[in-house]
Amino acid sequence: MNVDKPWVSWFDDCRREMVEQVGGKCSSLGELINAGIRVPPGFAITVAGYEHFMAQNKVLDEIDVMLKGVDPQDIATLEEISLKIRNKIEQMPIDTEFEDQIAEFYRKLSVRSCMPAVAVAIRSSATAEDLPGASFAGQQDTFLWVRGIDDVLAHVRRCISSLFTGRAIAYRIDMGFDHRQVGISVGIQKMANSFAAGVMFTLNPSNGDRSSIVVDSNFGFGESVVSGEVTPDQFRINKVSMEVLNRVISDKEICYTVDPKTQVSIKTEVPEERRKVQSVTDKELVELAKLGKLIEQHYGCPMDIEWAVDKDMPEGGNIFILQARPETVWSNKAAEVVSTVEGSSAMDHILSSMMAGKKVK
Amino acid sequence: MTGQYAKPKDIETIPGTEGWERMYPYQYQFVTDDPERQKYEEESFWFYDGLHYPEPVYPFDMIWDEAWYLALSQFNTRIFSVPPVFGVDHRIINGYPYISPVAVKDPAVVEERIGHFMERAGYYYENWDELEAKWEGKMRETIDKLEKLEIAPLPELEDIQVVKDGLGESKGYHLLKSYDQLIDLGIQCWQYHFEFLNLGYAAYVTFLDFCQRLFPDIPVQRVTQMVGGIDVIMYQPDEELKKLARLALELGVQATLRVSTDFSVVEKAMQETAPGREWLIAFEEARHPWFNVSTGTGWYHHDKSWNDDLNVPLSSISMYADKAEKGECLDRPTAALRKERDEIVTEYRALIATDQDRAAFDQLLQTAKTVMPYVENHMFFVEHWFHSVFWNKVREVGVIMKDHGLIKDVEDIWYLKRGEIKDALWDMVTAWATGVKPRGAATWPKEIEWRKGVMDKFREWRPEAAVGTVPDVIQEPFTVVLWGVTSESLQSWSEIQDMDDLDSVTCFKGFAGSPGIVEGVARVCRTVDEIAGLKEGEILVSPTTSPSWAPVFSKIKGCVTDVGGVMSHAAIVCREYGMPAVVGTGLATKIVKSGQMIRINGSTGEINII
Repeated sequence: MNVDKPWVSWFDDCRREMVEQVGGKCSSLGELINAGIRVPPGFAITVAGYEHFMAQNKVLDEIDVMLKGVDPQDIATLEEISLKIRNKIEQMPIDTEFEDQIAEFYRKLSVRSCMPAVAVAIRSSATAEDLPGASFAGQQDTFLWVRGIDDVLAHVRRCISSLFTGRAIAYRIDMGFDHRQVGISVGIQKMANSFAAGVMFTLNPSNGDRSSIVVDSNFGFGESVVSGEVTPDQFRINKVSMEVLNRVISDKEICYTVDPKTQVSIKTEVPEERRKVQSVTDKELVELAKLGKLIEQHYGCPMDIEWAVDKDMPEGGNIFILQARPETVWSNKAAEVVSTVEGSSAMDHILSSMMAGKKVK
Repeated sequence: MTGQYAKPKDIETIPGTEGWERMYPYQYQFVTDDPERQKYEEESFWFYDGLHYPEPVYPFDMIWDEAWYLALSQFNTRIFSVPPVFGVDHRIINGYPYISPVAVKDPAVVEERIGHFMERAGYYYENWDELEAKWEGKMRETIDKLEKLEIAPLPELEDIQVVKDGLGESKGYHLLKSYDQLIDLGIQCWQYHFEFLNLGYAAYVTFLDFCQRLFPDIPVQRVTQMVGGIDVIMYQPDEELKKLARLALELGVQATLRVSTDFSVVEKAMQETAPGREWLIAFEEARHPWFNVSTGTGWYHHDKSWNDDLNVPLSSISMYADKAEKGECLDRPTAALRKERDEIVTEYRALIATDQDRAAFDQLLQTAKTVMPYVENHMFFVEHWFHSVFWNKVREVGVIMKDHGLIKDVEDIWYLKRGEIKDALWDMVTAWATGVKPRGAATWPKEIEWRKGVMDKFREWRPEAAVGTVPDVIQEPFTVVLWGVTSESLQSWSEIQDMDDLDSVTCFKGFAGSPGIVEGVARVCRTVDEIAGLKEGEILVSPTTSPSWAPVFSKIKGCVTDVGGVMSHAAIVCREYGMPAVVGTGLATKIVKSGQMIRINGSTGEINII
């Protein structure tokens, strides 16, 4: 193993500019940790680790053969081949040295978390050019509540194999990318045992107002909010004064919690009496908003953030950031100039405002 | 919302008040006998001026309505040539004033007015500080004339000096002249009142508008906080009370403050010691002008000033002395407030996306900050100082009228229009001169009795939020800032007006005055006299507040008012103290009962009875 190119790396050692080594998700988590943001601990299987895994098994040659002359428009054939490739990857052994490393990191993570065989979330962390849009990747290959090294390794392989979904293959053929050139990283992160979770935008997604922070929240894990299965509670917080300016408490019918027997995430009905209860406290909202503001300042742009309130942790230390990425919808629009009056003196503005008046209807 | 409210003529006269129209100026009536005027009235939008008139207006108190009718309109229409709008028209329904901004309809006229406006208003904005200093000089001169104005009774026989000086004038003539002067000074004071106000509001609205376009979610109170003054005159009366409390401690006379809640008893006790006498001298000094603050808005004659009831400032001084004795700091945290204001400006400014907008923001902020001291300070000079002295001068006229039998009680004078008083004074003075009984002695008391009954019925009536036709846009800066007329605000006003059973209401809304959420026991205080019963940590619910209520703010943990916007006294002071306030709720004092637990949300304007 090359010392400069480790196969496994703690999030703490990742940085924003390491997208090529550990993908967007892991590099961003590392960046957050180093900015002093509370993030559940974890580590990344690096792109170097992925390459090592693939090289060991010489699987890329086989893939080349399988994909030779495939028509990217022929979805059915593509899916058939994809299934074969993915099955193959998921069955492949990880060599002892690499496996030992992953197991050692997982053991240390368990020690850090003060629990045996800590439950983790396993997610792919795409390097920017590989997949058509992070959201597409993210939905395909997130595995929650994974426990024990064997399961961890199995899901790491499943994450890796997601690089060869039919859609991803077709995209690369269309774009002229070589399958050998692409890489993927996998993040293994302690599960936040969330009482409530959701997303937060450090601007108002409905009007682009950058003085607002908007939080969507539901009980349990954030899946119900991210997937849109439930109408979450929504809060608008003033970014400057940190007041909760608007709140819509929704009827939250379902949420995701952990099944105490199987220890996996399951969709459950929210009991009738809790459905219309505010899922996060005002205090937590303000703390969240402060974290959001900090992350935005750190990145220098509006952010789209996933968060959770951990029920195992004491108040004041129970809010975790699970993911943060630059907001894209408003940030990609050209900044609109508001002061469009002719002339630039205060008088010009006053006249123009007077002429416009105040709309009544 | 529909574009059409009730037609003015459809609002019915309350049974038993027929003929009420004669209590008010004739041009204030909605008409049915003049088709052209009737059409104009039906096509215009008239909204109830609940901000100034939570209760019906007394015939004499209409003087300020007429004064601002004239003053505001003339500055808009004839002096500054505000391009899209002329003045604000006035009407009255069942004792409640309604107002309507008058748009300039002809685009060619608007165009023509722009040039004049740029020159004239531009001159004021450019020379603001200098002109404002001049304004204060004029205002002080007017108040000085008022304070010196003599209202002398009619003697049985004129003084011999009248003969020896060859004066050639009588006290009767002087009384008529003084009354005219009194009224003139009142009108003049209101001329000055509007010299800067509309331009001030226009600059503020422009900044507000700009901020709202940059940040659609920005709460209005954050904008006011960015431009609000910190060392404004409005806080001075309260500062004087604190000074007197500290002085009492320094002189060791704080115990004497507590001998009674009656100032005359405390005064007597103070006079017995040298330090006590020294304290009284300071007290007298503070009274003029600072104790001229009204305990109400100053718009009604019954809004008493501290000078009218020295027990009010006394109770506050005692409270401050107690706090100071316990080692509590009485100083306003001005440095912290300034820091907070600057931080808000810096943070919002940093969020602006383009340099062009940032430059415009800086410029408009600067202009708004230039005009705000006037907007915040003029009220002390006009509504408080001038009005407080003025009402008492009119009472002096009332005393003389009572002596001559034209009215039964001094306070009856308010049931007469100012022109009727002039007529009655002529009647009285000529009768005095002639040695006969004035005719009015038989007619006015009867008429006043009837008017009292009418006013009682008016009080029970609830004015409609608006009548006439809603326009698409309102361009008059004054109506925009003070009333915040939008479809939303009109809707919420009319919802409150429509509530039949106020006892069943558990949730209602006002304007978000000062942010934060608080729960506590409500204390309804309709007048400043009732604040004595207020306990530490309660939530004050009152019709409105004024600078003279300031001392209660260090006792309460939240405040709710019936009238007022985000620029109202209660909102500004609560923001200073960092406590939640909901203002302009319409009927809070009628809905909430003392002792109820309420929750107020000063960020959203919601109030819940829990």
